[in-house]
Amino acid sequence: MILDAFGIEKSYPSAAGPVPVLRGVSLAMERGETLALTGESGSGKSTFLHLVGGLDSADAGRIVVDGREIGTLDDAGRAELRRTTVGVVFQQFNLIPSLDVAANIAFQARLAGRADPVWNAELAGRMGLTEHLTKYPEQLSGGQQQRVAIARTLAARPKLVLADEPTGNLDEATSDAVLALMLDLVAETGAALLVVTHSTRLAGMLSRQVLLRQGVLA
Amino acid sequence: MNARLAVLLAFWPLAAMPQGFAGLGTDAEGFALPQPEPVFDFPADHGSHPDYRIEWWYLTANLDGADGWEYGLQWTLFRSALAPEAGEGWTAPQVWMGHAAVTTPERHFFTERLARGGIGQAGVEATPFAAWIDDWQLAGTDFDTLRMTATGPDFGYDVQLTAEGPLVFHGDRGYSVKSAEGQASYYYSQPFYALAGTLTLPEGEIAVTGSAWLDREWSSQPLAETQTGWDWFSLSFDTGDKLMGFRLRQTDGADYTSATWIEADGSTTAYPDGAFTADPLETAQVAGREVPVHWRVTLPDRGVDVTVEAMNDRAWMTTSIAYWEGPVIVSGSHRGRGYLEMTGYE
Amino acid sequence: MTEAVLGALLSHWRRNLLQLFTLIAGLALATALWSGVQAINAEARASYDAAAETLGEGTFAQIVAADGGAIPVSDYVALRRAGWLVSPVVEGRLDGVRIVGLEPLTAPGGLGPVELGGDGDITAFLSGEGQVFGPREALAALDGIEAERTESPGVAPGTVITDIAVAQRLLGTDTLTRLIVAHDQPIGRPALGEAAPALSLREAQDASDVERLTDSFHLNLTAFGLLSFAVGLFIVHGAIGLAFEERRAMVRTLRAVGVPLRRLVAVMAAELTLLALVAGALGVAVGYVIAAALLPDVAATLRGLYGAQVAGSLELRPSWWLTGLGIALAGTAMASAAALWQVARMPILAAAQPRAWALRTGRGRAVQAVGALLLLALAGALAIRGGGLATGFAMLGALLVGAALLLPILLDAALRLGARFARETVPHWFWADTRQQLPGLSLALMALMLAMAANVGVSTMVSSFRLTFTGFLDQRLASEFYVSVEDAAEVEPLLTFLEPRVDAILPILWVDRDLAGVPGELYGMRPHETYRENWRFLEAEPEVWDRVFAGEGVIVNEQMARRADLVLGQPLLVAPNTSLPILGIYGDYGNPIGQAVIGEDLFGGLYPEAGALRFGLRLPAADVPALRDALRDFGLPDGAMIDQARIKAFSLEVFDRTFAVTGALNVLTLSVAGFAMLMSLLTLASLRLPQLAPVWALGLTRAELGRLELIRAVLLACLTALLALPLGLALAWVLLAVVNVEAFGWRLPMFLFPADYARLGLFALIAALLAAALPAFRLAQTSPATLLKVFSNER
Repeated sequence: MILDAFGIEKSYPSAAGPVPVLRGVSLAMERGETLALTGESGSGKSTFLHLVGGLDSADAGRIVVDGREIGTLDDAGRAELRRTTVGVVFQQFNLIPSLDVAANIAFQARLAGRADPVWNAELAGRMGLTEHLTKYPEQLSGGQQQRVAIARTLAARPKLVLADEPTGNLDEATSDAVLALMLDLVAETGAALLVVTHSTRLAGMLSRQVLLRQGVLA
Repeated sequence: MNARLAVLLAFWPLAAMPQGFAGLGTDAEGFALPQPEPVFDFPADHGSHPDYRIEWWYLTANLDGADGWEYGLQWTLFRSALAPEAGEGWTAPQVWMGHAAVTTPERHFFTERLARGGIGQAGVEATPFAAWIDDWQLAGTDFDTLRMTATGPDFGYDVQLTAEGPLVFHGDRGYSVKSAEGQASYYYSQPFYALAGTLTLPEGEIAVTGSAWLDREWSSQPLAETQTGWDWFSLSFDTGDKLMGFRLRQTDGADYTSATWIEADGSTTAYPDGAFTADPLETAQVAGREVPVHWRVTLPDRGVDVTVEAMNDRAWMTTSIAYWEGPVIVSGSHRGRGYLEMTGYE
Repeated sequence: MTEAVLGALLSHWRRNLLQLFTLIAGLALATALWSGVQAINAEARASYDAAAETLGEGTFAQIVAADGGAIPVSDYVALRRAGWLVSPVVEGRLDGVRIVGLEPLTAPGGLGPVELGGDGDITAFLSGEGQVFGPREALAALDGIEAERTESPGVAPGTVITDIAVAQRLLGTDTLTRLIVAHDQPIGRPALGEAAPALSLREAQDASDVERLTDSFHLNLTAFGLLSFAVGLFIVHGAIGLAFEERRAMVRTLRAVGVPLRRLVAVMAAELTLLALVAGALGVAVGYVIAAALLPDVAATLRGLYGAQVAGSLELRPSWWLTGLGIALAGTAMASAAALWQVARMPILAAAQPRAWALRTGRGRAVQAVGALLLLALAGALAIRGGGLATGFAMLGALLVGAALLLPILLDAALRLGARFARETVPHWFWADTRQQLPGLSLALMALMLAMAANVGVSTMVSSFRLTFTGFLDQRLASEFYVSVEDAAEVEPLLTFLEPRVDAILPILWVDRDLAGVPGELYGMRPHETYRENWRFLEAEPEVWDRVFAGEGVIVNEQMARRADLVLGQPLLVAPNTSLPILGIYGDYGNPIGQAVIGEDLFGGLYPEAGALRFGLRLPAADVPALRDALRDFGLPDGAMIDQARIKAFSLEVFDRTFAVTGALNVLTLSVAGFAMLMSLLTLASLRLPQLAPVWALGLTRAELGRLELIRAVLLACLTALLALPLGLALAWVLLAVVNVEAFGWRLPMFLFPADYARLGLFALIAALLAAALPAFRLAQTSPATLLKVFSNER
């Protein structure tokens, strides 16, 4: 099992008191599994993904990723987890604007100590980025930027890829193509993939779908 | 400035000197060396001998003040040559140093002057006799009647000296051996000066009378390398006899001593190493060091066995090279007073 | 990992060269101004020390030939043989080098090259060809001489020291230049006139006098250096803040992909250290150039004003490099602490969009306002409490930072006021838009204000000093001509000679004595209109002169009053058993010693043995040359005559040199501030497009927009300059009334120089105009396509 989340609760403070976002969510994923977490805006799916990625901490519950319980890790431990085990693809493309495409793709793998030029080149080829390697992010279209972000995540060969609306800024045709490519590559590396999306059409492309409604799994 | 220290290192007798004899009568740098059986030529020999490395005119006196106190007085002019020639102008290789002191039972006043030779600031002339540095002088028509003056920031004196006896010669007719290896100097004295004059002290002027002892000595290699310092005594006994004795201390702890017994008429007996003894009985803490200020002095051949005690322990001369020089009181087999000089206690 | 992170962070600079340039240039300029000023100070101090050590100048009395010529060696010997402890010095120039020949055996302690001590070879110094000691360049100039040359950096610049025999040979003379008089002299010494009638004694100028006066000059330079550094720091702060804001997204990404926070902060700190070292090294190099360019003027000032010898050329000392780099690092740390703190505390999921980095929320602005007011209150409290030089500087700091923090708030209020009164659309938009620009420009404007204030402050101080000092010279040198004699016996014939030739003779009569427990001088003054007309009191009772001349009271100088806490009416002991009420306190600048003045008759009764040897003479200024000739014929040497007009002309010339230095520093600091503005405007320019494009679309031409940008810069500079003026005056007040009093014991009155301020304001406007010109020109040249992109691109 790559992910085992149990009884996750999370609320955010507001002027009117704490607003509960997750109210006891339990979810497990096997290695290699692809799963779509769907739900309406505000249903708590992005929050769940952030918690799994160690970007935020839960109020209650237990999250175990690749055998490690996130709640027991300090900042450095979580950073290490993100660097080596989990890869996050954000809705905003989150590239480093001052590095060119090749450097962006290689970046996370270098941090994880797994830089593999051959693999990087293959990823760039598969993503159709080969001719853009020396360009800077601002010179790319949205779809191209998201492909760079996905390639950067996969370059580090994470065991669990988390994607938050990875195609939310793309048109339908492009987003289908990007997701299909992502699924192919994930399958090749043997990673598990958790995609947060509000699109049931995209969710249908993944092996399992889970619906989150008002902070609990439906 | 430490330069003055360096000057003195070059000319104080304790400094290391070239010991080898490069030729008969001269050393490696061309300085003349004292020879045995000297024949003095007076008054010329009262003047300076620039071809010898060092020379001094050294006067000490024991005085009685009109105020009832006893006083000690010192007037010294040293000459040191950087090269064996008199020279003229600023380039003359002769350096002069004057020391003056007045010792009271409670205080010790002293001061120092330095001067270059060659320009007239300091020097010694034989006829008429005059030794001077700055405003200090020891001068007269001849060597028997002299006026002596010196001033310092807080004291001064102006006295007349009248010789009441002949010159006396130490060692072998004035050739005074200073070590077993044969280092020697020319050495004679005038120990029979009667003195009268005035001391100027912070309290005011004091009329004094007393007796003074003048030493004349010159050489180019006075001490052996193994000698660390000396203790020199000039004692005048109530009997009219006088005793000059010195002890040269050696690094091995042994002494080299020499003495001259001077009778009231000036006739002398010289004593070789060992006849005269001087042993410290007591030391005092003076200017941060232990200095013997109480001695047992003997000359068994003359039945002398006396204790010699400093009139004022603090007679330390904090001059460029520091030493102790002060009046002493003699008791025991003989009574009297005199002067003690101790060097090498730094 | 560190390498990858550092690479990512540094890549920001590669893509934003302008920002990098701003940061490095700002820091380098700040360091340069600071280290340049420090270099000048250090060089000047080193020169005084060398002079004091090698020559004892100022600390010993000197004897010179009365006719100003050479002294024969026989005179020296005569003086020594009379009991005067003097040491001969021969001086002259050879191949442009000052040769000083000393006599080591008689030179008073503390004189001569240090190397002579200890293991030095005195025989070599005294005999043969001799030895010459001096700094390298002086030795190099003496290529041809045979004496052994020894490098000795402790010897004064351009000078070599050698034995007197060697010096005489080198200079081809057999005479002496002067004699140094030892402090301790033996008793019973005759008067100089008796021992050597052709020589005259020049009393020692107390070393501490020179030191204290030059200290005043250096302190002011240091304050200026500090202010310049503060201006530079604002630039650095701005550049670093901007860089951090622009990298918020990058920071978030780095953390999201697994860079630990602590590592990230450490790497950012390392990055800044690296930049600071580069900028610091550049700054020290530029500082060296500034110092080298200004040093000759500073040297001339110090030489002229205080007679202090300072090398005109600069030596590169390792300590400057170190302190320069240190100050650059410290400045960077100060400027970046807040930004690093923010990064350390920023939640990982915080919005990645750059918040306009200096844009304050309502609450932030309130905090800033409160902080500013607290600092200003602190400055005020320190001003009232007083006490200590450190307090003075703390006060300066609080005042400046407080005022700088307050600036954006005051400007905002002014702009809001402007907007309220603007009825037309475009002006209304202009005011509102300017307000919106304010946060982005406020740091640059703060820098401009500080630069302006520093310039107003320092020029006010220097000008006030000049005015006061020349006024003081008028007071102190009220007589047209001064004569002095060596000996009381010469007084009668001189006075008899002068009586029919001048309007009045004012004897200068004094004794040294303790006044209110401190060593001082008591003067007896002859009743005369001269004093009434010229002397200015800081405080005085009515009819003060009548009462002083009548022997009913005493007047004291300011130093004395401050040191002993004297007030009007308090009795002062002027002689054993005689005390008089204090009737007045007068300003006495450039003199650290306490003084008191009583009437001549009373003085004569109290100190009958004191006779005047110096006299002030009143006569029509036009008759001075004739009198001088007559006195020369009478037999008075030139050295014994002082012409008041010449002294004044000389001191004014000295001040002009000082102005050359402060003027150059003024231009430099204003340039720095202008540069800060240029950088801010350039970095803001790209952010401005979305704000300007709609206005363009609504019908303003690009040229109009560019013109408005220029007007905006001028408007902001004008407002800033207006606010800088009171700050600068406050600064000047602190320097004159607090720092000077603490450091030197006298308070300089402050004068205002509106024309100077107007000129400075004009410079500030020009700086702002120049800074805005390039961005405005660029805006006017922006292609319509670029502006249109704003609408198509969602950015």
